Amino acid sequence: MDEVTSVAKLETGIPGFDLIAEGGIPKGRTTLVTGTAGSAKTVFAAQFLAEGIRRFNQAGVFVTFEETPDDIRKNMISFGWPIAMWESERKWAFVDASPQPGEEEVKAGTYDLGAFLARLEHAIRRVGAERLAMDSLSAIFQRFRETNLIRHELFRIASGLRQMGMTAVLTGERIAEYGEIARYGVEEFVSDNVIVLRHVLEDEKRRRTMEILKFRGTTHQKGEFPFTITPVGGIIGIPLSAIELKQRSSNVRITSGIGEIDEMCGGGFFRDSVLLVSGATGTGKTLMVTQFVAGGVSENERCLLFAFEESREQLFRNANGWGFDFAEMERDGRIKVVCEYPEVRTLEDHLIEMKRIIEEFEPTRVAVDSLSALERVSTLKSFREFVIGITSFMKHQEIAGLFTSTTPNLLGGSSVTEAHISTITDSIILLRYVETYGEIRRGVAILKMRGSRHDKVIREFTIDSNGMHVGRAFRDVVGILSGQTTALPTTDLERMNKMFAADEQL
Amino acid sequence: MSSYTLRLYVTGKTPRSEQAIANLRRICKEQLQSEYEMSVIDVLERPELADDERILATPTLIKALPLPIRRVIGDLSDVEKVLLGLDLRRIEPVEN
Repeated sequence: MDEVTSVAKLETGIPGFDLIAEGGIPKGRTTLVTGTAGSAKTVFAAQFLAEGIRRFNQAGVFVTFEETPDDIRKNMISFGWPIAMWESERKWAFVDASPQPGEEEVKAGTYDLGAFLARLEHAIRRVGAERLAMDSLSAIFQRFRETNLIRHELFRIASGLRQMGMTAVLTGERIAEYGEIARYGVEEFVSDNVIVLRHVLEDEKRRRTMEILKFRGTTHQKGEFPFTITPVGGIIGIPLSAIELKQRSSNVRITSGIGEIDEMCGGGFFRDSVLLVSGATGTGKTLMVTQFVAGGVSENERCLLFAFEESREQLFRNANGWGFDFAEMERDGRIKVVCEYPEVRTLEDHLIEMKRIIEEFEPTRVAVDSLSALERVSTLKSFREFVIGITSFMKHQEIAGLFTSTTPNLLGGSSVTEAHISTITDSIILLRYVETYGEIRRGVAILKMRGSRHDKVIREFTIDSNGMHVGRAFRDVVGILSGQTTALPTTDLERMNKMFAADEQL
Repeated sequence: MSSYTLRLYVTGKTPRSEQAIANLRRICKEQLQSEYEMSVIDVLERPELADDERILATPTLIKALPLPIRRVIGDLSDVEKVLLGLDLRRIEPVEN
């Protein structure tokens, strides 16, 4: 056995996947890709070849057992893969093993798949292929009922591919998302490496994930990673932990756009930090976003705002009311405002689209108003992955982020959003309504500021035509965070002060 | 009177290939007298011909004429199945 030498990897070129696979799929080996109907196995197989041609100039052979080559050419052209052109350039070759309609095959004696292997070799030689995709193994078992014979033949074909140095992706059909790896229970034994594509219905929403079940003799990331299929480009994997590992940490401070808030934070936000501003409706979250953006512009930064709750007109009118001319800033190319309904696409696709816009505009600040609106269109798991995905992406690019989250209750409380993402963001700022003596006032508190000292006091703030003004601390009220505010009589206050003073003397 | 055009696809000169060729010759002689045309194609030498017919298994016998086209897979040792596959069982009673 030559297992002593480590297994080399071949970069597939499928975006995101190679990070999960820690470099690619094992080179010169076969890898089984299984999934239920509609799990994008065929897209994966075709993309493996297409990226090989586009990125690495490696020719490929596509073996099809189900669809005809013509169907595949038509289906894949929409992803921008000109298969027919590649065929004429001898970069892509089909081995057509699709069933012939109306021609029955009678079996009269023993046989093998020698002709198939000969055709494989012929196609591989003809284009000088380095990659091979076979879709799908399960269909062979359907065509030829003699399972033992076919298993034996598949082993022979797999070893033939290995001798020719082919890196091959073989697809296999699964019946259920969790359970047997593949329909005939033998497909996985043909291959040392198994990838599972899933397409799970969760809370009435479809969620696609990829998981590397095993890579013999080499490493890979574990667990399920979400992916999406974009109309141009095919599969894009979203490797969360893979990106997270590369984060740096910056000590550079930037302004929040509000002087008092900068002071409360110990000198401003960190350059590559992501903040969460949480508050009930009307507490001033959009104002903080507006000042965060305007503060960036005043420092000659480029700012990008994703708005999922308000229209452009509303946003610009509000900004104007506080003395910021967003329209002019956008004309000057200083800011970019993207307003969309969360419902226009799935959260996975939102993530891809937002990353694309960020890469295109190259901002130093990004604000998202609000995360809660995005939460509506996804499952909790997807939502958490989305926040991790966008956060790590921004940190990686050293972009400062400000996300807002709307709490469902007017007074106190926390939102589901916060409960699930508070550990991901670096800092949390709470905006709260405070009820005192029949009056509604507003309070702001820095709940968390990773890597920095910060003001622990809950301060009152007011909003006027110049924006937010932070004032003195609420000294005579308790229970602001819980929403159960109680005014303290002076005697109680004194007693509490004495109590802590006594503690300190111990 | 229709004459038969038969093509037998094999891979190399293996015992299974030889067996299939011998079986086909015998069946033709016994069932078709001289009204047949038979060719043997080695897929290892002419893989593109196997591509044309989308052949996976060898040996494969194709009855190109008379229509309809019929395929029989295997070394043709099961004579009953071969005759069934070539539609010979149904023709015989009519001609008798």
